[in-house]
Amino acid sequence: MIDLSRIFGRRKVASKDLAKDRLKLVLVHDRANTDTEFLEKIKDEIMKVLEKYMDVADSGLDIQITTAQSEDGQSAVPALTANIPIKAMKRK
Amino acid sequence: MSKEQSQVIVITSGKGGVGKTTTTANIGVGLSLLGKKVVLVDTDIGLRNLDVVLGLENRIVYDLVDVVSGNCKVRQALIKDKRYEGLCLIPAAQTKDKDAVTEEQMKNLCEELKEDFDFIIIDCPAGIEQGFKNAIAGADKAIVVTTPEVSAVRDADRIIGLLDANEIDEHFLLINRIRTDMVKRGEMMNVDDVLDILNIELIGIVPDDENIIVSTNKGEPAVVNMKSVAGQGYRNITKRLSGENVPLMELDAGGFFSKLFGKFRKK
Repeated sequence: MIDLSRIFGRRKVASKDLAKDRLKLVLVHDRANTDTEFLEKIKDEIMKVLEKYMDVADSGLDIQITTAQSEDGQSAVPALTANIPIKAMKRK
Repeated sequence: MSKEQSQVIVITSGKGGVGKTTTTANIGVGLSLLGKKVVLVDTDIGLRNLDVVLGLENRIVYDLVDVVSGNCKVRQALIKDKRYEGLCLIPAAQTKDKDAVTEEQMKNLCEELKEDFDFIIIDCPAGIEQGFKNAIAGADKAIVVTTPEVSAVRDADRIIGLLDANEIDEHFLLINRIRTDMVKRGEMMNVDDVLDILNIELIGIVPDDENIIVSTNKGEPAVVNMKSVAGQGYRNITKRLSGENVPLMELDAGGFFSKLFGKFRKK
C-alpha cells in the first residue's frame, strides 16, 4: 500500500527509533525488576539519609520503578517513585 | 595443545529462532577450516537440530545423555565430520527429559573435552530454564546471538544479566540477520543502535542471506560458501575467535558500518 503521508512530505518517525525508545524503557523495568537486590539496596540507602532529618516509618515505605510522561508529554520515561510516610521531623 | 588454551564457548540468545544453531554450526565449521580441533555439543534435549543443520543426522548412535550418564565413552559419542578435518559433534538426546543432564555433569564433560579440543562450542536451548543453566555451566565465555528486533534484543539483555550473575563475564554480541535495505530506510535498528542499548562487545555481524536456508536444506553450513554474505560474516567471526584482528564487514548501506571492529565501546 502507498503511504500517503510520505508522498505529501509529512516526515514519519523512523520505526527503528520507536523500537529503540521502547526498548530503552522496557529494559529499565526489566533490569530493575529482575535484580531483586537492586531496589532493596536503594531503599536502605535512602532510609539512612532520611533518618538524619526525620522519623520515617520503615514499614510504610514503597519504592518502585514506574513510567511517567516526559516533560513535553510526548513520550513515556522511566521514573523512580518513592512513597515514604513521615512520622515526625527532627529538631535541628 | 595444553588444556589452558582450550576455550568453552556457549552460543545463547534467550529468544528462540534467532539463529543459535545455525551460528554454532557455522562457527564450528569455520574454526575447523582454520585448522582448529572443534567439538560442537548440542544441549537442546528433546529438540535437537544441530545434527540436521550439519548434515550428520544419519550418523547418530550415542547422544549427550548417553555420555553424561555413562552409557558410553565420550569418544564413542563423538561424530567425526568427514568433510571437515578436526570437527566433531555430540548430538542432543531427542527422546529423553530435559532434566536428564545436570550442571555438574556438563562441567565435567567440558573439562574432559578440553583435553582433546581447542574449541568446545555449546549450542544452548532457548529460554532461561534448566537447559540454559546446563549449557552455561562449563562455559568460559559466551556469544549472545540477537537480531535487530525488539523481542530478540530484550531477551538478549536478560541473558547478559544472567551470564553476569553466573560470572561468565567474557560475553560477546553477534547481531544476526541484518537487512541493509531496511536499515537504510530507518526501518531496522542498525549495529550502533543495538550496541547502544545492550552495551557489550561485538564479535561480529551476519547479514540476512537466503543462502542460509539453502545451505541448511543441504546440510552444508554457509561459512564454506564463498559467495554467501552470511558466510563472510561467519568467516570473520571465526577469525576473531582464533585471535585475528578483522575489521567489521562493510555493508552497502554506507556510513552505518564504517566503524572498524574493535572501536566499539566496551562495558
